Amino acid sequence: MGLILFYTFALSTFLAAIGVVTTRNIVYAALFLLGALTGVAGLFVLLLAEFLALVQLLIYGGAIIIVILFGLMLTRTGEYEAVNEHKRWPFAAIASIALFALLATAIVADDTGADQRRGVDLTTIGTELFEQWAVPFEIASLVLLVALVGAIVIGKAGGPDDPADTTPPAPPRDDLPAPEPRARRVPNRRPPARRPRGARS
Amino acid sequence: MMLIHFQLLAAALFCLGLYGVLARRSAVMVLMAVEIMLNAVNLNLVAYASFRLPPLMDGAPLAQGQVIVVFVITIAAAEVALALAMIMRLYRNRGSINVDEINLLKG
Repeated sequence: MGLILFYTFALSTFLAAIGVVTTRNIVYAALFLLGALTGVAGLFVLLLAEFLALVQLLIYGGAIIIVILFGLMLTRTGEYEAVNEHKRWPFAAIASIALFALLATAIVADDTGADQRRGVDLTTIGTELFEQWAVPFEIASLVLLVALVGAIVIGKAGGPDDPADTTPPAPPRDDLPAPEPRARRVPNRRPPARRPRGARS
Repeated sequence: MMLIHFQLLAAALFCLGLYGVLARRSAVMVLMAVEIMLNAVNLNLVAYASFRLPPLMDGAPLAQGQVIVVFVITIAAAEVALALAMIMRLYRNRGSINVDEINLLKG
């Protein structure tokens, strides 16, 4: 029974991952990614890690997929149908297959034969997280804060070379010397060609 | 269901993600392939934390594998937010998110 469930989840995850890296439609790729992440959550349940399965569904399925879909929506271009693989994609395929052969050889050669699972209850995880891993936990919260601020700063319109710059210029301050007027690019306006007098057409 | 099954599946997922990173040209597609690679690593960590390995047969249950996975998911969320902000900025400035055309740092 467990093996059937494992093969179901593993096959769905694997096929969805193949769909992510091969489909030509980028929205389908995002939906395949959701399928792959859900399959991984099912595998977490099979590994008796229910808390991580929930976290996986909430954060990946609920947050990351939504953010990726927003990103797709805001960077809509017509080139998605044309932009797919490099011309050199066989090299990428060869590299990944070679890496898989290497990893599979190492895994099979070093097989421990372990087949007994054991769960870790949530109390143990919480105790571990807040006692032994308390400092990394706080640093992770700092990383999230910095990422939030950084994403806003990077993503907002502005900057000298931004064609979509819609932020109004800062109001002048009294305690600073008046800045040089910013050189604006004016369209090269040529004086109208003077017509010789009397030449009428 | 043995540890080796999960290990092989995680290796296959990681290699698929590697192919996606190398072969895709849209930056958002590359980001999705990176997510698949992170999930493969998470799966491997949880599998090692869950199966009883012979030296640890009688020890207390170790939660460290799952704790590390919690951190990996946290960092992945931060990474996605920053990467999508950069992709949007790139799209506004260059009008394209094709990673082949982004060569500003090329010497």
